[in-house]
Amino acid sequence: MLIRILTIAGQEMRIGLRNRWILLAAVILALFSLSLALLGSAPAGTLGVDRMTVTVASLSSLSVYLVPLIALLLAFDAVAGEIDRGTLQLIFSCPISRGEFLFGKALGHFAVIVLALGGGYGVTAVLLLATGGGSQAALIDFARLVATSALLGLAFLALGYVLSAAARHTSTAAALSIGIWLLMVVLYDLALLGVLVSETSGFFAARILPFAIIANPADAFRLFNLNALGASDLVGGMAGIAEALPYPPAVALLSIGIFIVLALALAVVLVRRITP
Amino acid sequence: MTQRALELAEVTKIFDRRAAVDGVSFQLAAGERVALLGHNGAGKTTLFKMILGFLKPDHGSVSVLGAAPGSNAARRAIAYLPEAVAFHNALTGEEVLRFYARLKGEDPAKSAALLEDVGLGAAARRRVGAYSKGMRQRLGLAQALISPASLVLLDEPTSGLDPISRQNFYDLVEKVAARGATVLLSSHALTEVEARTDRILILSAGKLVADNTLARLRADAQLPIRLRVQGNDGAAGEIAARLGGTQVNGRSVELFCDPADKVARLAAIAELGPLVADIDVTLPSLDDVYRHFSGDEGAEG
Ligand SMILES: Nc1ncnc2c1ncn2[C@@H]1O[C@H](COP(=O)(O)OP(=O)(O)OP(=O)(O)O)[C@@H](O)[C@H]1O
Ligand SMILES: [Mg+2]
Repeated sequence: MLIRILTIAGQEMRIGLRNRWILLAAVILALFSLSLALLGSAPAGTLGVDRMTVTVASLSSLSVYLVPLIALLLAFDAVAGEIDRGTLQLIFSCPISRGEFLFGKALGHFAVIVLALGGGYGVTAVLLLATGGGSQAALIDFARLVATSALLGLAFLALGYVLSAAARHTSTAAALSIGIWLLMVVLYDLALLGVLVSETSGFFAARILPFAIIANPADAFRLFNLNALGASDLVGGMAGIAEALPYPPAVALLSIGIFIVLALALAVVLVRRITP
Repeated sequence: MTQRALELAEVTKIFDRRAAVDGVSFQLAAGERVALLGHNGAGKTTLFKMILGFLKPDHGSVSVLGAAPGSNAARRAIAYLPEAVAFHNALTGEEVLRFYARLKGEDPAKSAALLEDVGLGAAARRRVGAYSKGMRQRLGLAQALISPASLVLLDEPTSGLDPISRQNFYDLVEKVAARGATVLLSSHALTEVEARTDRILILSAGKLVADNTLARLRADAQLPIRLRVQGNDGAAGEIAARLGGTQVNGRSVELFCDPADKVARLAAIAELGPLVADIDVTLPSLDDVYRHFSGDEGAEG
């Protein structure tokens, strides 16, 4: 079982690392984080926050957009692409279970994301360390950013598999993935903000908003990271608004975990029902 | 009793209230090379998918070496080449083959020799994206042959291959059959599988209309032999009148006869003596035999 999962994972890593879009995304991560780290010292001084903390706070905003994009780019092809190419028939004619197939894909793609994050953010972390720009606490912040970004990536990978298995055609899966990215990463936040601004009773802000935020892995990620940095007011977005949370911030992480488990389970169910 | 490599009993598959495969029964013994022929839409691919367990038959049963289709035992026994397969462009031929070797629990190191066998030795390290259609097909074939399967299913394996590669392909099939594997391959043309298979199955509009050796099929079809008699100047009319054939142009007369009457018919022609300039005897071609069984279903309905 392990051999088959690792076989699939290895092949996906190869394909993922040869994907120019993934490379481009990793380069963007690196460029942004480097420039933020190099240019970000002036405002930090006035606010009295660690320079690295500012960098990490800005980078988590970057992660929210880029990491789901990388994950969906990797995942949308996972099932639909194999159906279109006819290779799913080949794979499923081998003694491998559909669950093993999907977990292999997830493992390989997750490794690609971790490598992209490590490459993209690692450069900056090393640079900040070398120039003495960050304290030990700030390094922990950085590690937290990379780890939670990977978790966010896994959530969107799982979502991508659901879309890919439900769509069954590469082009449909690609369109759905773009749509879901816009919806969950851009529009969701805006919609919550819109409702919040327009309501007067305060019911939404107190009762619904905190849960609406953690229901979406992207917002849950932002909430957790900014909260952990104590920088909610530093960077805008919905996460900054939910101040009096009815739960500890770690619940946001738990919620991402639950999202991953549910989405992966749904993807397995869908893949089991496919006639290749 | 030796175990059947494959056994289908009254297998029916219905799509949108139309039977794509309709009451098909046959058995394959170990080491047999069998061709499955049929027009476009006859149900060949559907049949393969049921043998693989991708589709469940609506009626009837399939058993692969005594195991249920799609079970791990059945999948371990089967090697399969789908009709249209395109490997990921970013991978090299060698990477693709090593991948399937591992999935099937084989030693990936075997892939180098197999790539040589299918004539891809020089292209092993090149990306599949840069392969020609025939090279991709050969890679697909290599993938199917990497494990010592006891049942090899090949769906239109020679489509896109040039005549030499086709020859090499059938040589490979022979090698595989020689080590005891049963080979079931689908094709559109009887001419192609002629000398290369032990038995022929013909599927027409989902029904199995023939299951026999080529020699028996030829005999059963009882197709007429065509005789074309070329007359000397101006004799065609008289020849047609005396033999009862049809005049096809100024000089020739065409007539058909049963294989059994051939000699008598030729004797009658010989009796015409100086009227006759030449005789052509045309035996029914393989395509004629195929058309006889397959009917004129031709295209999908
Ligand atoms: N998934 C499906 N849904 C509905 N109808 C289908 C499906 N798959 C096949 N069919 C129908 O079943 C019939 C048999 O198709 P099949 O693919 O088995 O033919 P084939 O013999 O492999 O043809 P070809 O030589 O063109 O490959 C066709 O009429 C086809 O339209
Ligand atoms: Mg077919």
